[in-house]
Amino acid sequence: MKRSETSARKICIVVMGLFGALAAVMLLTAICIFCLAPAAKWAGFCLIAGAVVAVAFLLFFAYNLGKFAGENEDAITAAARRQKIKKVLIYIGIYTFLTVIAITVLFPFYFMLISSVKTVDEYQLATPTLWPREFRWSTYAAAFTGDLHLGRLFLNTVIVGVVSTLLSLVVTVLSAYAFARLEFRGKNVLFALLLATMMIPGELFTVTNYITVSAFHWLHTFAVLIVPFLVSVFYIYLLRQNFMQIPNELYLAAKVDGTSDLKYLWKVMIPLSAPTLISITILKMMGSWNSYMWPQLVANDTLHRLVTVGIRQADFSISGQPGMTDFPAQMAAIVLVTIPLLLVFIFFRKYIMRGVSRSGIKG
Amino acid sequence: MSKTKEKPKNNLRAWLYLTPAIVILLVFTVWPIINTIRIAFLCRWDSNLAAVVGYDYQTAMNPNIHYQFGFNNFVNVLSAGNSFLTALGNTMLLTVLTVPISTMLALLIAVALNSIKPLKKVFQTIFFLPYVTNAIAIGMVFAAMFSMVRRTPTTDPTSVGIINNLFGLFGGSPVNWMDRGSSYWANIAVLVIYIVWNALPFKILVLLGGLQSVNKQYYDAAKVDGASRWRIFWRITVPMLSPMIAYVVITGFIGGFKEYTSVVGIFGDDMGPYGKPGRLDTMVGFIYNSIPHNQGKASAAALILFVIIFAVTMINLYVSKKKVHY
Repeated sequence: MKRSETSARKICIVVMGLFGALAAVMLLTAICIFCLAPAAKWAGFCLIAGAVVAVAFLLFFAYNLGKFAGENEDAITAAARRQKIKKVLIYIGIYTFLTVIAITVLFPFYFMLISSVKTVDEYQLATPTLWPREFRWSTYAAAFTGDLHLGRLFLNTVIVGVVSTLLSLVVTVLSAYAFARLEFRGKNVLFALLLATMMIPGELFTVTNYITVSAFHWLHTFAVLIVPFLVSVFYIYLLRQNFMQIPNELYLAAKVDGTSDLKYLWKVMIPLSAPTLISITILKMMGSWNSYMWPQLVANDTLHRLVTVGIRQADFSISGQPGMTDFPAQMAAIVLVTIPLLLVFIFFRKYIMRGVSRSGIKG
Repeated sequence: MSKTKEKPKNNLRAWLYLTPAIVILLVFTVWPIINTIRIAFLCRWDSNLAAVVGYDYQTAMNPNIHYQFGFNNFVNVLSAGNSFLTALGNTMLLTVLTVPISTMLALLIAVALNSIKPLKKVFQTIFFLPYVTNAIAIGMVFAAMFSMVRRTPTTDPTSVGIINNLFGLFGGSPVNWMDRGSSYWANIAVLVIYIVWNALPFKILVLLGGLQSVNKQYYDAAKVDGASRWRIFWRITVPMLSPMIAYVVITGFIGGFKEYTSVVGIFGDDMGPYGKPGRLDTMVGFIYNSIPHNQGKASAAALILFVIIFAVTMINLYVSKKKVHY
């Protein structure tokens, strides 16, 4: 009995030593290949294989810890330890999976940032640099001074965003108040009809809306970007739900005190539903920042062009070489468009996720 | 009792508050529904009339000018060799590929997120990032990642592009993803990757919300019975999540059939790689491109899109009624 145990221990040590050596060699080679020649074929495989062998090594070590230390442990503690190891292994798997996905999600942003400050020559290198050798900031200045007129695009977008958000909030609050608090004939039918329009794809409206705004002589104005989208049935629905949660007693008490409806709305209802209103504001602003299809159809001139249309249709070709994109310049413009969105996301994450997850309930 | 007293008092005020919303909805939502259907079935509403839009509008409204009712526009749109059929094929292909992939991946990620505690908020925030970005702008970033870099249009590429570099690390040879002379399936692969990347945040958010509301007792009971993780996943998690999965699949299908901005983001307004404009056109792209010069065709295509979306939603609802566990 004793002899077989010691021989098992020896075998363990030998196997572990081999595993460890193999893992170390593979990891070292992979790291060397990665540092010296990142573009070399199979470097990725070496790295992953090295990591797998290293994990297998640790696992083997943990599994045979008892034999290793030469302890005589009973079957129950051994089983419990193995259970624990299995759990740890599952967690390693989960975290590896999530990390790989996170890197995939973040990589385009990283690529965009580093590319935007590279020189055109550095961008064209066969082996890409993962950190720029020299920073070319002039690309960013050129985005504002060059043909892109990014400043003008930003101004147009902010005008449209702010005006349409403010008007839309007024319309939404008034309608939601009527649906939530006031009694009138046909209320339920009207509300059901409004909700029904949400099922129809917007493209069906666009055809006629194009004819309508042309007849109004609204093509290439700010009005065409603002008015057709002032009413969002979904926002009315969202705010109505919020208003209805406010107890009716507050309203009756205000009535007894002789408060007018509008004052009650302004002093009580709006402050109480501020989170929903903030969500609506942010989603609406982001909507005009990101809108492309309708603006490029109806307001595609210098004075009214919105930022997304502007950067998509801008010509980023290297001067003197038509058709050859100056990728760093393009990336710099995209960074400038993306940063405001990321800032809004950082500061208002709660409200954005709230608004979006709420929209998950509407079905 | 008091309600009946209040009713007449509020009637006028309620309608006053609703006026702005109703006026805008009548002009830009209700009238378009009627008019788009009408235009779609008018025979002579074609490009010649639409050349001068103001004039066109007046003639269209003029009761003395007689338009014939007919299926001309639908025949035009659906006739063989028409770009609409290409668009329809592309849209269907992209939808059928991206909805299952993104739903499955989102489910895996949501389950993984739900089973960890440290770093959960960090991962959640990272995974939500693509949702708040500009689909066109980030599409252009993906295009740059998949493109080869040349010094002049005709020379060999100096760099095969970052994605090909990454493939090279695993022994892959460079693929022409989306440049001049690239294959259709390479283009589709780029689009599928981008659309899935873009679609994940919303799906993860909804599915994770669903997972967090599943009653923990079911899991405890399963643990007592000694059920395996795999069994718990298929017998408890998926059935309890089925309403959310159904919701995510239905909105995924609707979004898929309305795919347009991701194609424009990656391939530009040409909707195809250099030298092959329109190869990756989608239904919404077809509608938007037809609007300025042929509203009859655009209306017919929009109606077809509506019918398809409606039918697919109904099929989804029918299937989920049978399978979903409420």
